[in-house]
Amino acid sequence: MSIKTITDEDIKTLETLAAKYPERRSALLPMLHYVQSIQGMVSPAGIQVCAKVLDLTPAEVAAVATFYTMYKRFPMGKHHIGVCVNTLCALLGGDDLWKELTDTLGIGHDETTADGLFTLERIECQAACTVAPVMTVNWEFMDSMNPTLLRDLIDKLKIGAPVQSTRGVQITSISDSQRVLAGINDGKYQESPLADDSMLAGLRVAKERKMSAPIGKGAK
Amino acid sequence: MALTPVLTAHWDDPKSFEIESYKKHGGYVALKNSLKMTPDEVIGIVKDSGLRGRGGAGFPTGMKWSFVPQNDGKPHYLVVNADESEPGACKDIPLMLANPHSLVEGIAIASYAIRANHAFIYIRGEVPHVIRRVMNAVEQAYAEGLLGKNIQGSGFNLEVVVHAGAGAYICGEETALLDSLEGRRGQPRLKPPFPAVAGLYASPTVVNNAETLASVPSIILNGADWFKSMGTEKSPGFKLFAVSGHVNRPGIFEAALGTTMSELLDYAGGMRKGSKLKFWIPGGSSVPMLTPDHIDIPMTYEDLAAAGTMLGTGTPMMFDHTTSVVKAVTRWLEFYKHESCGKCTPCREGTYWITGVLEKFEHGKGKEEELEVINDVCGQIAGRSFCALGDAAATPFPGAMKYFADEFREATRTSADASFPPSATTIFEKAGV
Ligand SMILES: Cc1cc2nc3c(=O)[nH]c(=O)nc-3n(C[C@H](O)[C@H](O)[C@H](O)COP(=O)(O)O)c2cc1C
Ligand code: SF4
Ligand code: FES
Repeated sequence: MSIKTITDEDIKTLETLAAKYPERRSALLPMLHYVQSIQGMVSPAGIQVCAKVLDLTPAEVAAVATFYTMYKRFPMGKHHIGVCVNTLCALLGGDDLWKELTDTLGIGHDETTADGLFTLERIECQAACTVAPVMTVNWEFMDSMNPTLLRDLIDKLKIGAPVQSTRGVQITSISDSQRVLAGINDGKYQESPLADDSMLAGLRVAKERKMSAPIGKGAK
Repeated sequence: MALTPVLTAHWDDPKSFEIESYKKHGGYVALKNSLKMTPDEVIGIVKDSGLRGRGGAGFPTGMKWSFVPQNDGKPHYLVVNADESEPGACKDIPLMLANPHSLVEGIAIASYAIRANHAFIYIRGEVPHVIRRVMNAVEQAYAEGLLGKNIQGSGFNLEVVVHAGAGAYICGEETALLDSLEGRRGQPRLKPPFPAVAGLYASPTVVNNAETLASVPSIILNGADWFKSMGTEKSPGFKLFAVSGHVNRPGIFEAALGTTMSELLDYAGGMRKGSKLKFWIPGGSSVPMLTPDHIDIPMTYEDLAAAGTMLGTGTPMMFDHTTSVVKAVTRWLEFYKHESCGKCTPCREGTYWITGVLEKFEHGKGKEEELEVINDVCGQIAGRSFCALGDAAATPFPGAMKYFADEFREATRTSADASFPPSATTIFEKAGV
């Protein structure tokens, strides 16, 4: 896979990220997200550029980049697929999903398919345990997964058919998601579905059983 | 005790995440009221309410705010801990997705109270869907003059930056979070000095959990007494309980503190068909597990402490009779081993070592005498580690041995998968696959 170069335009973007903070170095994590969104990884070149913008040594930047699991030292495929294998998801079905996925694609953790389409990762609890077992595509959540849904998901991604995340946006690529993490608003906040059954579970029971918080003096 | 939707009250509004919806339901009135008070008056109300931090430790919020020195000539900072990565915790992420404005308003009020002109929302990196919603809420609030310069003509200025992490559980620990926010490896700092004195950029800083701050506007709006009319004396107010696992209706249940697990289980539709509760964890994998004998204990800081565990994040995970405790505990230790930041030896080496031995038990190859050794190593980690992640890692095993020692002994002969077939533990049957 050829890796895109970081352009002068990109460096301007990195400069605007650095300018958002009282101390520029605070922008390092967003900047690393940004260079990864361009190159599909944090490459030596990406490290150099971040170091230059922040007036740090490449070694200082590399020390930070290697600490965080979301930064990859190898080029990712078009889609990053995560399976939560922390206890709750794993037991409720995540282990089976992982096995199915790795068997189907013939690759393992932190590996990429030969066609450059998928990179797989065993991921930790995603703060979505009420909709376990959870998977992510480009960090957009796929809630309440099962083997049938998984096969359908992979089939669709392979042919480029539309896939809607259960909580996030329509799936495009890891690059697009990673730009958002850099702090660049893609304006797609309305694309996420509304609160789902698990988020509304308590409110619905409260309404059914006529339970509420005490009426306060500020009530309208 | 009962369900008390406050934060969740309007999540069924089709536009619950938009500013119009939030304002329609009384949003940002509390901010306007706060700006008419002195900062100390705002702190006073939050102190009186007895609100305790929802990040896990339950520290009184008003007291934390009052530790920030006044007139010290230094900039002050508010840092929102929205790193939610504790296994089992899943309340801040849905909260920010459904109603990010309750957080933004809480941030503005808290910043005013602690005299901060700069706030940062540190959100774990794996949730672009939530980051979009929060970025949008912040932009909407700026556009309406609720953030930015001279807010509502009060003379108070506040800049808010939304910041994404990059996958490291330890960055939820408040001092590691500050290092991470300064663009460094997220490793904990020595305390003291505490963040209130020397936090972000060595300036006075308050670090609060997202749910804690989102709870503040309703307290300002309705008063401390209203808040205290829910819950218990030591655990006042409402809380987001997120119930997950082998229940019929997993989800978010906002209830008064002091609600029991059996009540929550009832709201969650009970255990799935044909299943019996085996063990449960009240608030994240870092707090000790409990059994069905404990489900009538009120979910408060004090009652759960008396039962030998903690409220933690208030997000109970429920496991039924098909679940292998040995496998569950092994997986949690694999997590702590993976997430140990490596700064101190007891945690770095201890988690590595315990995980290796537990994996033997999971495969039915443990040795009885090794149970004692794991216990000793847990004792070497707990209280001797640099930060609370070490203590957390030393929690699941002794917690499980207290109630399920026989199951670990069985694991010297039989593998977890043989004793508890995984196909029975999954929930795929319900989905019809
Ligand atoms: C390993 C570790 C992870 C933590 N993760 C979080 C977290 O994700 N969110 C959070 O609010 N607090 C977390 N905490 C607790 C914070 O250190 C801190 O107590 C909390 O953010 C304070 O906010 P509060 O007073 O509003 O609860 C964590 C603590 C430790 C030791
Ligand atoms: S206890 Fe663990 S996570 Fe905390 S500082 Fe030590 S090695 Fe790092
Ligand atoms: S354990 Fe998978 S989302 Fe929490």
